[in-house]
Amino acid sequence: MQRSSAPRRREGSPWTGLWAVFFKEMADHLSSTRMRILEVLILLSAVGAVYAGAQTLRQTISEDPFLLLRVFTAAQDPLPSFVAFLSFFLPLAAIALGFDAINGEYSRNTLSRILAQPIYRDALLWGKFLAGLATIALILLALFLLVVGLSLIFLGVPPSSEEVARALLFLLATLAYTGVWLGIALVTSVLFRSAATSALAAIAVWLFFALFWGIIAQLLAQAVAPFDPFNPESELRQTEALLAFSRLSPNTLYAEAIQALLNPGVRSLGPVLISQLEGALLGSPLPLGQSFLLAWPQLTGLIALTIGLFAVAYVLFQRREVRA
Amino acid sequence: MVIETQGLTKRYGRVVAVEGLELRIEVGEVYGLLGPNGSGKTTTILMLLGLTEPSAGQVRVLGLDPVREPLSLKRQVGYLPDSVGFYGEMTAWENLSYIARLNGLPPALAKARMERVLERMGLAEVAHRPVGAFSRGMRQRLGLAEVLLKEPKVVILDEPTLGLDPEAAQEFLKMIQSLKSEGITVLLSSHLLHQVQAICDRVGLFHKGKLVLEGRVEELAQRVLGGAYRIRLEATPLNGLAERLQALPEVSRVQAEGQGLRLEATQDIRPQVAKAVLEAGAALQSLVLEQPSLDEVYARYFQEVRHAA
Ligand SMILES: Nc1ncnc2c1ncn2[C@@H]1O[C@H](COP(=O)(O)OP(=O)(O)O)[C@@H](O)[C@H]1O
Ligand SMILES: [Mg+2]
Repeated sequence: MQRSSAPRRREGSPWTGLWAVFFKEMADHLSSTRMRILEVLILLSAVGAVYAGAQTLRQTISEDPFLLLRVFTAAQDPLPSFVAFLSFFLPLAAIALGFDAINGEYSRNTLSRILAQPIYRDALLWGKFLAGLATIALILLALFLLVVGLSLIFLGVPPSSEEVARALLFLLATLAYTGVWLGIALVTSVLFRSAATSALAAIAVWLFFALFWGIIAQLLAQAVAPFDPFNPESELRQTEALLAFSRLSPNTLYAEAIQALLNPGVRSLGPVLISQLEGALLGSPLPLGQSFLLAWPQLTGLIALTIGLFAVAYVLFQRREVRA
Repeated sequence: MVIETQGLTKRYGRVVAVEGLELRIEVGEVYGLLGPNGSGKTTTILMLLGLTEPSAGQVRVLGLDPVREPLSLKRQVGYLPDSVGFYGEMTAWENLSYIARLNGLPPALAKARMERVLERMGLAEVAHRPVGAFSRGMRQRLGLAEVLLKEPKVVILDEPTLGLDPEAAQEFLKMIQSLKSEGITVLLSSHLLHQVQAICDRVGLFHKGKLVLEGRVEELAQRVLGGAYRIRLEATPLNGLAERLQALPEVSRVQAEGQGLRLEATQDIRPQVAKAVLEAGAALQSLVLEQPSLDEVYARYFQEVRHAA
């Protein structure tokens, strides 16, 4: 669609019909088979992770002021820690909820019918995005309550208020991280007419960041700041470059944010992997506010990335013809 | 004037889908936008609804600009797309109720209207079944039910009989015609000229993005087919009848066709024909005045255009 260069004022609010779309999509998500599969996965993995975490903890630490947070990050072979599991599983859940958002309307021939109603395209896109995000938030909340409940059963210690606050902030960061993947799925659902292609493309992006970005960041850092054995500063510069490049990945941003939020002992953020979170307390714990400030740039980065991706999906969708 | 366009043009790159369209449709008319596939009917409709932006020209529907005031326009204009789809796992009721919410209808009003339109389209019995199991005809009727849900002033239907068997098509066209009595203005598009011509007050014939002929069906037939009345008759025996009929002053042509004859005349001379047949001592089995077919008008028009060129 060509856009006229003349300035145009649209009548009415772009949000007209937003809630109708939101509740319809939400109901769709909650009743879909996809959701059943996700629920089973969540349940199994949460129980497994908490059980493993609790086992480890009972053996190692008995007097820990942040027991609940340890449950989140402790792992026992072969089971991953709860956060490692989340950072693996949530992008896939977000992709599962978003990969056919727009192309699904095309393939069902419903788009022109819906857009002939008194709403703007904005409302359709926002409604779908928010419904996906709300569904994920619901999953996360259920998961959180499950983990807290199970920890109470296995460990028998109620969490302190600071722990709950940290856990809730962690949920917020996780939601922002999931928003990024929902944004990516939304973009591919506008770009590709076939739902299968769209799902595959979104998963390819996920694989790219999960498996290859680390290597690529390393290569880029070596290219930008080559290591010089006679210059001790060059090593530091290379590490900084590596950090900068790896922070282009939402996975790194998320890992760093939750590291600060879940581990009160962390005083600065470097290129640390989630596996390195699973350790003992380093130094004295930071107060909650300080940890939050530490995670703040990463959090805003994730949110900005989500908004950026949504904007891309929006622009692409506005230019799309309604005809399949 | 309900629908008005001036110099409406749509280009897709180098393809001109619609060119310089001047359309004027009055309140309460049933207007047929007719022409073969790819002649620009759907593109025109999408521009009227603001679903695609015109490359040039002006559109007013109910006095509103579809690009600037799409919400008030779409509140009053119902649209049935050519390949209408629904959410298959949802019931007819749920599909309609989603549309009602998108239109901001209060729940009580929506419920009353949904019951009414489903009843009217003969879908009350299947209202709570998933649409996935609906036949093409049922989907089409559900589409019309949805259009009526917002009590529109204007209804725009793209290829409403596409994919329906002839009987279902006729039934559906009757439903469309019944909208006229409620004062609803109807714009419908079709490539099946003969099928919809009977319900159209006026038609516009499209060819390669241009509106080439416009008017009432009879007018067009008069203009293009040279005012011919076609009369078909069946009688036994046929011998000698053709010459006798040819002698009538109004008859311009006589042709044998199957078991009978086909006359072209300048007037409706059925009484004279009947008289002539009886005088010839033959038994008259049928005598009908054929409606001029738009397909013929269309074909003949382009023959003439090509000859002139
Ligand atoms: N998105 C598009 N991109 C390029 N050409 C298009 C597009 N949509 C329609 N056309 C072209 O515009 C012309 C008119 O199409 P259309 O309005 O669908 O015709 P009709 O509805 O009368 O069958 C066709 O030649 C078609 O190929
Ligand atoms: Mg068409």
